[in-house]
Formats: sequence, C-alpha cells, structure tokens
Amino acid sequence: MRACWHANASGCKPAGSEQQYATMPAIMLLPHFNARTFALHGLWTAVLCCLTALALQAAGLGRWQAQLIMSLCVGGISWLVIDLGRLLLTRHQPVPWPAGWRGPALVAAGIAAGALLGGGIGRRLRGDGAAFAPGESLTSATGLTTLALTAAISSVMCLVFYHRGKAQELERVVVQSQRDSAEARLKLLEAQLEPHMVFNTLANLRVLIASDSARAEAMLDHFIAYLRATLDGARTPQHALEVEYARLRDYLALMAVRMGPRLRYRLELPPELACAPVPALLLQPLVENAIGHGLEPQIAGGEIVVRARTSQDGQGLVLEVDDDGAGLAAAPAQPLQGRHFGLAQVRERLLTLHGNRAALALEARPEGGTRARIHLPLETP
Amino acid sequence: MNTQARALIAEDEPLLRQALEQALAQAWPALEIVARVGDGLSAVREALALRPDVLFFDIRMPGLGGLEAAAELADAWPAGMPFPALVLVTAYDQYALQAFEAQAIDYLLKPVQPARLQQTVERLQRRLAPHAPAGGTPRDLDSVMEQLRQLLPGAAQLPMSRPEPPLTVIQAGAGAQIELVPVDEVLYFEAADKYVRVLTQQHEYLIRMPLKELGARLDPAQFWQVHRGTLVRATAIAAARRDEAGRLHLQLRGRAETLAVSRLYAHLFKAM
Repeated sequence: MRACWHANASGCKPAGSEQQYATMPAIMLLPHFNARTFALHGLWTAVLCCLTALALQAAGLGRWQAQLIMSLCVGGISWLVIDLGRLLLTRHQPVPWPAGWRGPALVAAGIAAGALLGGGIGRRLRGDGAAFAPGESLTSATGLTTLALTAAISSVMCLVFYHRGKAQELERVVVQSQRDSAEARLKLLEAQLEPHMVFNTLANLRVLIASDSARAEAMLDHFIAYLRATLDGARTPQHALEVEYARLRDYLALMAVRMGPRLRYRLELPPELACAPVPALLLQPLVENAIGHGLEPQIAGGEIVVRARTSQDGQGLVLEVDDDGAGLAAAPAQPLQGRHFGLAQVRERLLTLHGNRAALALEARPEGGTRARIHLPLETP
Repeated sequence: MNTQARALIAEDEPLLRQALEQALAQAWPALEIVARVGDGLSAVREALALRPDVLFFDIRMPGLGGLEAAAELADAWPAGMPFPALVLVTAYDQYALQAFEAQAIDYLLKPVQPARLQQTVERLQRRLAPHAPAGGTPRDLDSVMEQLRQLLPGAAQLPMSRPEPPLTVIQAGAGAQIELVPVDEVLYFEAADKYVRVLTQQHEYLIRMPLKELGARLDPAQFWQVHRGTLVRATAIAAARRDEAGRLHLQLRGRAETLAVSRLYAHLFKAM
C-alpha cells in the first residue's frame, strides 16, 4: 500500500498572494499562477507522503522505503493534477478554486489519477508490478487500500487548503476595503480642510491680531467652530437644520473677512424648519462650490443665498444654494475635479441615507449664476 | 541704488494686501508701492502702464491667476526693457516653489514671515543694484518664461487627470441645428470671450466648451498650444516669423490670418 497520496494539495488557493508572485514561466498559460503557493502545496504533499510511509511501516505493512516511493508517486500525481487543474479552470476568479460541482470533480479526478497512474508508476519504480498497468492496481486489496488512502488524505488536504486560501482572500478584501474607506475619509478631510482656505484664513488672522484684535477674536471663534465641525463631521451623521446654518455662517463669516466686499450672503431659514434633521455639513460643499467656482472667478464677486422650504406635497425638504457668479458654462478657474468631488460626495451621502428619495440637481439660473437644489424626505426631529 | 525701486502688489484679499504692504514698509522702507490691485487683468494693465521694478503676484486671483498674468504681461512687455523681478505669493505651495529658490522667480508663502520676507528683499535688492555682478540671478525674460512654463499646467498634463475619450467631431450649435465638424478639418481653436471659435479652411463655428477642457480632449502632438487662447494644428502651420519687437507670428496653410505666439510657447519654434 501505499499510501499516501494524498497529497495533494491543492486546492486551495490562497488567492490573495496569488497575483503578486506570478512570475514564473507558467504565467503564459496560467495568468494567476503563484509559484509560492504551488510549491507550498507540493511540500505539504511530500511531508504527508513521508508520514504516511512511516505510518504504514509501523503498521507492519512493508518497509518504509518502498512505501515512500509509492506514496510520493501517488501523492505527486494527485497534487499536480489538482493544483494545475484548478488554475486552468479558474483564470479570472479571485479565489482560484473551481466553483460548484467542478471543485469536487477535480479532486476526484486528482485522486483517481494519483491512485491509478501514480500507483502504476510507483509499482514500476519499486520493481514489483512487471509492467506498467495502472488498471491492475484496483483489482487487488492493496489497490483498494491505495485508493481509499489517497481519497481520504487528498480530500482532507484539499479542504484545508481551500479554506485557508479563502480566509486569506477574505482578509485581503477586508484590508483593502479598510484602506479604501480610510482613503475616502482622508480625501474628504482634505477637501474640507483645503490648505488654501486654512492658510489664507491664518494669514488674515495674523493681520487682524495686530490691527483689530476684537475682529481677530471673532474670526478666530468662527475658525474654531469651523474646524470643530469639520473634524467632528464624520462622527455626527445628522443634526438640526439650524445647526447646519450656524456652521455655514461660520464658514461664510471667515470667507467674508477674506473676500471683503466681494462676498455678500443671506441665509434664509423658516422657523418651522429649524429643527428638521439633515445630514451634517451637507450644504458645506455646495456653498464652497458657489464661492470657489461662482464668485471667486468674478472680479466683482457676488452674492450667495441659502434657502430652505417644504416641498409642494409637504413631505419633503428643499434646500437651495444660489450664487450669481460665473455660471456653469464659464471656464473653471480651478480644475473641475474640485467641483466634481464636492458634488459626488453630496450625492453619495444622499444616496446612502435616502436612496432615490433624495436628489441633488445643479442648474443655471436664468438671471445668471448657478443654483444647487437638494430634495430630501422631511423627517420629524 | 540710483533710483528708488517701485513695486506692484496684486492680491485679491484686502487684508493680506494691506499686510504685505506693511511688512514691506518694515523690511524695505525705500520701496515705493506704485499700485495695489485685486485681480490678474488689472495687474497686467497697471504693470504695463507703470513699469514697476518688482511684482508681487498672488497665484490665485479672480479673472487671471498670478501665473497667467505674468505670462500675459511678458507677451505685452515692450522689447528692450528689463522685465520686472517677479515674486509669487501663495497660501499653499502646490507648485513646489522651493525648487525655484534663488532663481529668476522668487516666492513667498502666506502668512508671510518677516525673516523670509527679509531674504526675498535682499535678493531683490541685489538683483536691482545698478552693477549687479554677472553671476547674479538672471533677470532676463527667457529664464522667467522657462520657469513659468514649468509651473503652468501644460495641455499635455491635463488628459491624465481627466481620462475622457479624445474628440473626433466638434458639435457646434448654429441656430436650430447642430453642425458636426470633424476634428481633422479644424485648423485652429481660439478663445473668444465666453466662446471658442473653431476655424476650418472655409468656415468658422462657435462652441461653448472652454479651451482648457477642449485641449484636454485633443491630441497634444496634433494641436499645439501657442497662446493662452489658441490651439493650432501643428501641420497647418506654414511658418513662424519674428517681428521687429521679437514676437513670433504664425502663418497658416489654408488661412490668410496670422496667429500670435505667446512668449511662453515660443520655445516650440526652433530650427532643427
């Protein structure tokens, strides 16, 4: 008997690392061939073959040298068939293991090949079977033992490798998504704490400290409130509309110091909507766009009006940010990405919170400038 | 210094303009501020009228940014007159300006630190001295242009940031219909106010897509930017000719008018 075979390994696939190591010539045929994983499976196969040979000798079934030859042959063939087979069958899957019935079928094919072909080769090398006759092995009791051992050990190894590979893939996915979300948060923070805004504000503060300390103090208070709101933003999903307005007032007050008479603004909030909950800092990017893309390109500056009202059917909240600035068609003073990122971020938040019950629309105002309008369901506080 | 040095400050934030002026009064009492402006177009106009020795240009300004204003000024600057020393001012160094330390263009970061301003002032004074040593900082227009070229985003850099498919057809509105003009027939694009003119051998069309956006969707090897407002098909250029003032003009195949080349892009035309 022989043993072992089993081996095989295979299966599994630790997919995560699969691509990184794909450097061998086999890459031509097997795009995600991973030499490291492949070798690792082979090694485990060999180790189990040795253990099986020793176990068989201990059981009094023959000398270990003979058992080792046989088990290495059977295990090696099983390993090659299963490990190469799974790669051939799964060219573009993150977990290189054939889906559905093809997985077990491949293992069965590997077991059969190991027991028949490997067994035949082993016998020949060992010098017992006169000729190379694979089928013959099944007729004897030893043959059946070989088959059973191969099947048992191969199946267990495949299962173990399969689960290990799957776990690694899952872990890779989790790490990747954590990295993605950290990146998104960083990008958001960068967009909110835009360096030009921060340093220009500080430069203005520096001037005011010497020339007008009362105004400097007021500006500093607005800046502190702005920073606190921005940095807390991620932690506070919703707040009352009047709080949202207070944050806009901080931002606009800072910008008004910087832009002087070039910025005028009006915030209109009907008292009955003051407590309506809205996603925190939802309007901020829209006001920033109105300043950055509407007013800043214009030498004379302009006016920003923020309005809130109940929709016609009384079920929704309508928020509008108007500017009388350069308009949508005007050449952007800054790269377009800035505007797109702000809008995309607002749209994404609305989608996450309200699905298709909320929307953001951007339109050219007939009297010049741009209007950003948000519809969202009116919730009772 | 034989005559008093004169400076222009272009900064759109009133308090910061005032602060820079005060800081300069401390660091360089003899410097006369001849103009304070809040946008790039006024900066170009005033600089041409007053010919100051030093320009402080904020990089972000309404209308025309500091870099564009400097390029525009260089085009209009009278031949033979020394170009003013340029100091760029910015709140955030997205341009890696440190790379230009001690070169033709100096820079200041906001808030302006007195010690750093002192350095800039000393450099400017050395440069403006009547007998500046030959090894001093070059003040000539070519080196200023060379640096502006590196700072201004070229048409070639834009496509990477916005991978939109290249245009093959220009769609121009003409009354009630849209006319389709193959890009292959276009000889040049020219910015005109809120429109871009599209010129073929026979016709002229108007489109609203800004030139910057258009440039990003054209093959930069095929269409060359030769001016802030002009993209011209390279193979449509018959000759580049220099006038008495040293400015380049392009003659086209298939059209009678000539196109002015900005100094910023004059390096494109060199005999092989």
